[in-house]
Amino acid sequence: MPQAKLVVERQTHRKKSPFIRFLKQWDIQLMALPALLFIFVFSYIPMYGVLMAFQDYSLFKGFLQSPWVGFKHFEMFFNAPEFWTVMRNTLVISMLKLCIGFPAPILLALMLNEIGRRFFKRLVQTISYLPHFLSWVIVSGFVTSILSTDNGSLNLLLQKLSLIDDPINFLSEPSYFWSILVATNVWKEIGFSSIVYLAAIAGINPHLYEAASIDGASRIRQIVSITIPSIMPVVIVFSILAIGNFLNAGFEDILLLAGNPVLRDVSDVLDTYVYRIGIQNSRFSYATAAGLFKALISVALLAGANYLARRSGNSLW
Amino acid sequence: MAMRLSYGDRIFVGVNYTLLFLLGFVAFYPFWNAAVISFNSGSDTMLGGITFWPREFTLSNYEVVFKDKRLIDGFIISVLRTGAGTLLSIIATAIFAYGMTKREMMGRKFYMVMCIITMYFSGGLIPSYLLIRELGLMNSFWVMIIPGIISVWNMIIFRTFFKGIPAGLEESAAIDGASNWGIFFRIVLPLSGPVIATLSLFTAVYHWNDWFAPSIYISNVDLLPIQTKLQQILNSNIMLEQMQNLDSASQGRMGAMRAVTTKSLSMATMMVATVPILCVYPFVQKYFVKGVLIGSLKE
Repeated sequence: MPQAKLVVERQTHRKKSPFIRFLKQWDIQLMALPALLFIFVFSYIPMYGVLMAFQDYSLFKGFLQSPWVGFKHFEMFFNAPEFWTVMRNTLVISMLKLCIGFPAPILLALMLNEIGRRFFKRLVQTISYLPHFLSWVIVSGFVTSILSTDNGSLNLLLQKLSLIDDPINFLSEPSYFWSILVATNVWKEIGFSSIVYLAAIAGINPHLYEAASIDGASRIRQIVSITIPSIMPVVIVFSILAIGNFLNAGFEDILLLAGNPVLRDVSDVLDTYVYRIGIQNSRFSYATAAGLFKALISVALLAGANYLARRSGNSLW
Repeated sequence: MAMRLSYGDRIFVGVNYTLLFLLGFVAFYPFWNAAVISFNSGSDTMLGGITFWPREFTLSNYEVVFKDKRLIDGFIISVLRTGAGTLLSIIATAIFAYGMTKREMMGRKFYMVMCIITMYFSGGLIPSYLLIRELGLMNSFWVMIIPGIISVWNMIIFRTFFKGIPAGLEESAAIDGASNWGIFFRIVLPLSGPVIATLSLFTAVYHWNDWFAPSIYISNVDLLPIQTKLQQILNSNIMLEQMQNLDSASQGRMGAMRAVTTKSLSMATMMVATVPILCVYPFVQKYFVKGVLIGSLKE
């Protein structure tokens, strides 16, 4: 039916010029065009502005007057002493977040699914969603307080258990930083990320479990043989998305948790580096070059991830 | 479920309950502990051992917070920003999304491609920052609202939802002479309660929690939202604590005389900045669970 209607519309419209047609539908165009103008200004102009990575941009001359310098800033970035540190931190932190942060919510969903008591399940779920809604400022405040040497709870606990004698200053010790960062991220997002997996589990046919338990399969056996294979498609789609986001090692969390400059050697990632050099030191072109370098790798990863997705039959586009 | 559990299954269930109980505890404890410290006398907190319950209950931390004009101003700015930002963004995005459901709209495909590209590419921090400068939005309240007013992600979710509204409703209204805008406001919008609730929640949480944009775009202290002010307070506390570590004995004695310390005060501020969210999210849980699912199904 709607198709037939469409054909009729097309035929009646064919005689008029596109311009008249456009004017005639001004009311619906008016719904889209202002929004598109916003998108153009706030998304596309900055995309064009990326070209300043190839300039010596200065605030006084502006984008149009600043001289072009080719790949100068990229060369400087690649040869900068901090380049390898920043790259290492970005890769290591991304890797840790992917390897620990990705499976954690799946595990939580599997565990929650095994809970028979609805009240307990709901309670754990509601509590585990809470951190997702807190800002990183608040979360970093919590972490700083818990890890504080000044009667922070973790130090108190470790001292009570006689594992340590003196409180450890966790947040000024580079060797602890990656663990703290990943743990905090898992803590913040585990509950909320598990929603999708719980929904996928809820869609599994209950007869499968019945049949399995009649056959004498244990609970763990049922998880391994029924639940996990059933949610695999969802897991694959989300793992591909995660790979596409790989270089987003984090920004706000690192900025806030690595307040102590002692940590810079382990905490500086591409995004925080761009912020520090660009906004705080006003080296705009150089920072844009570093940001563009990251964006290019990300696009390559995303394309690669999508290629994988196509092969598994779950294209993102 | 009157099934007999085998020995192994019983162990499994026991371990599972224990682990989840621990997880729930770990998820909640930092929040609880901060709340307890905020209700405990600052000098007493310095003596240590405050974990689950206040030892010297006091409201003086909150008194100081509520008397601090800068914090109250920050709170008001946050409320205004969250209200205006959410309202404008939801309305503008919904209108856009409704337009994009119209098959007869010329350029619809092109518009859509234009939107989707922005989901994968962006100019990055520096060009956006310079654009805001050029537009003269620095140090303005609106810098927190205007750049994010159209959310492509929300548009796609809205559009998916609008497409599910029975076409007959719109057609009959059109026959009665209603315009497209009239149909949108009188028929489509009133039918979209759940999706509006979900997306409003996410947008409001984003606005309430965002501290970074104001921290780079706004230098006028009177315009900073509470999260950004809190971040500055916590940041200066960290430095203070480091100074204390250098000379903990004398600083500790000085601090012990005060009922309100920087620590107890910042905990109270954190609670004030968190409570609005805490009041809302458990009650809209069923909406956001649904919202996450719509979002993850894409297109």
